[in-house]
Amino acid sequence: MKNNCLNCENELVEVMSWRGFFYREPQFLCDECIKQLEKIEGKRCLGCSRSLDDLVQRLIKGEMCLDCHRWEVDPEWKGILHQNFSLYFYNDFLKDYLAKYKYRGDYVLAKAFSHTIKSYLAKADYDLIIPIPLSDERRYERGFNQSVALLEEAEVRPSTILTRLHSEKQSKKSRKDRLRQEQVFQLVGSDLNNKSVLLFDDIYTTGTTLRHAAKLLREAGAEKVSSLTLARG
Amino acid sequence: MRFAFADDELIPEPLIEQGTAVLQRISDFPFLPPQPLNPSFHFSPELQSFLSGRSLLLDEIPFSIDTLQEHYVNGYVSYQKGMEKSCCHRCGNNRPHLFASYSCSRCHTPCTYCRNCIMMGRVSECTPLITWKGPAPTSETTPTFKWSGTLSEAQKTASEQMVLAVKERKDLLVWAVCGAGKTEVLFEGIHEALRENKRVCIAAPRTDVILELSPRIKKVFPDTGVTTLYGGSDERNTYGQLVLSTTHQLYRFQDAFDVMIIDEVDAFPYSYDSSLQWAVEKARRPQSSMIYLTATPDKKTQKQCAKGNRNFIQIPARFHRHPIPLPKFVWCGLWKKSLKKNRIPHPLKKWTLSKLHQSKQALIFFPTVELMEKALPLFQEMNPLIESVHAEDPDRKEKVVKMRNKETPILLTTTILERGVTFPNIDVAVLGAEEKIFTESALVQIAGRVGRSADYPKGDIIYFHYGRTGEMIKALLHIDQMNEEARKRGLIDEK
Repeated sequence: MKNNCLNCENELVEVMSWRGFFYREPQFLCDECIKQLEKIEGKRCLGCSRSLDDLVQRLIKGEMCLDCHRWEVDPEWKGILHQNFSLYFYNDFLKDYLAKYKYRGDYVLAKAFSHTIKSYLAKADYDLIIPIPLSDERRYERGFNQSVALLEEAEVRPSTILTRLHSEKQSKKSRKDRLRQEQVFQLVGSDLNNKSVLLFDDIYTTGTTLRHAAKLLREAGAEKVSSLTLARG
Repeated sequence: MRFAFADDELIPEPLIEQGTAVLQRISDFPFLPPQPLNPSFHFSPELQSFLSGRSLLLDEIPFSIDTLQEHYVNGYVSYQKGMEKSCCHRCGNNRPHLFASYSCSRCHTPCTYCRNCIMMGRVSECTPLITWKGPAPTSETTPTFKWSGTLSEAQKTASEQMVLAVKERKDLLVWAVCGAGKTEVLFEGIHEALRENKRVCIAAPRTDVILELSPRIKKVFPDTGVTTLYGGSDERNTYGQLVLSTTHQLYRFQDAFDVMIIDEVDAFPYSYDSSLQWAVEKARRPQSSMIYLTATPDKKTQKQCAKGNRNFIQIPARFHRHPIPLPKFVWCGLWKKSLKKNRIPHPLKKWTLSKLHQSKQALIFFPTVELMEKALPLFQEMNPLIESVHAEDPDRKEKVVKMRNKETPILLTTTILERGVTFPNIDVAVLGAEEKIFTESALVQIAGRVGRSADYPKGDIIYFHYGRTGEMIKALLHIDQMNEEARKRGLIDEK
């Protein structure tokens, strides 16, 4: 069967090789589009995965960015989120791509990341993986939870113990508003004592959402909460 | 959204008490019974003018589900299947690779959706499309017609034909050369339609064309509700007796128009995308007239015209009564190799230098962006003000304006400037006219850039090539035949 790039519709041309003869990762994007996905490489913030290569010196504190430093000196938030890891830069290409995926609802676009997420998770050490939930209203509106879909396409079965109350869209809030917001998450059952939890979300922007979720999990007994996001905004 | 079914009526999920009924997706019902119209029902005139002639997602409608259901029960609104048996009912897509499925939190089942029109909101198996079934809004006022220009003889004949087509609800192809003044030909016909309280749509494939047309039309019909629709337009929610729309936006209409005017039928992407043609068919009423405007009908259409199987009218001459300049063919050897060696092919270089010398503005068409970018620095060695433009160019608009202001002596371009753009006094060259992208229609359109204004009716049009192709010859014959036809009909003044 002919395949087309999920993003630009161009036909995918398979290059013959001996390796490909035995095993081939399924391809979803054409080379042109893959090229525009920028993996975060080089030196990155130990806290939030932000690339430190292009960051001005005054925004760097040791091996962390200033934002993470600010979180860690705050006694309320210190150590709540052990570490965040992000896979890609949130560049214009990924911004458009994720907008089409989340807001237009083109579910199938999740497939393009399945291999990368799968290989990261194979090496990661965790007991439970929890995608950041949407409120029921938002999930109905979108038709699916973008983070759950990314995990499911990567053949991971996510935990559903975290739920969310309805609130305004994150993307329409400023950093200040986000920091001030109250707990929007709830836990349903499950014993978290001494468990290591990996949170999963599509984008890390200020890290507030992830930290609110992490706080709740820590209070419920989780030993360590880290996070993985597709993009670092 | 899912529906329950009781007493021959659909009931939307939000209006049912939980757990009391069997819920199904709209596509799972074998038959959707039409509701009889209740003539004594007081329908909402706001909903009428919003929804009339349209086919929309629930998310696109700013009325409550209660209001919609009330109108449905009384036969004024219908719920239709968004997609069925791998065909999208909004855009007509039926290509398997443009569908995908997901586990849907609206219907809690694996749900297939259409990827072709996803940018307009998702249509899936559980998505109803909502249409108006009641009477269309009527306007009491007679339309004002404010236009004082005069039509050329050929324009007048075409205009009369169009009025006739509107009256008799027939189709008509207006085959008018570049620069014939097509828009003015439409005015009388549109006026006639409005007088009969008909709804009219002018659709064009590209936003630029719609934006240019809109103020002109509004000026001619100042009292008529004119809606201008394109991606991101803010006039989406108003009813227009006269709608100007990109062909994409027609996806949101159904059985709406009595007169459907399609500008530049042959232009990309309309001619390539069968789903856009499907949208046009969906948007017009069953008994309606379709007016096609083009300078370069495709082969099939030309044949139909020649055989007399198609109602068409030609405007073979420009309004200024001068013939269209004929293209000249100039062989320029292995021009790709020259470019690779950082040389402009000699004949083109000579031509360019002479234009710079005469300070006459010129357009040079290239087959691809890559070749054009490669050539740009070579041209800039001759004159640093020479620029290039292509479809994805972020400064596209500014560059065209600079050309119009005569700040740019020569503009290199891809085929994006082949139509719609008018510079009054320019010469034009095509490099690599034998390339596949330069079809007969593209070459005729490009030649049509020359000699547009009455003050400068002449100009150079050169096809630089490495071996003449059938398309080049057809383009030359096409222009020659149009001039010949115009002479026969006495539409050209020759000194």
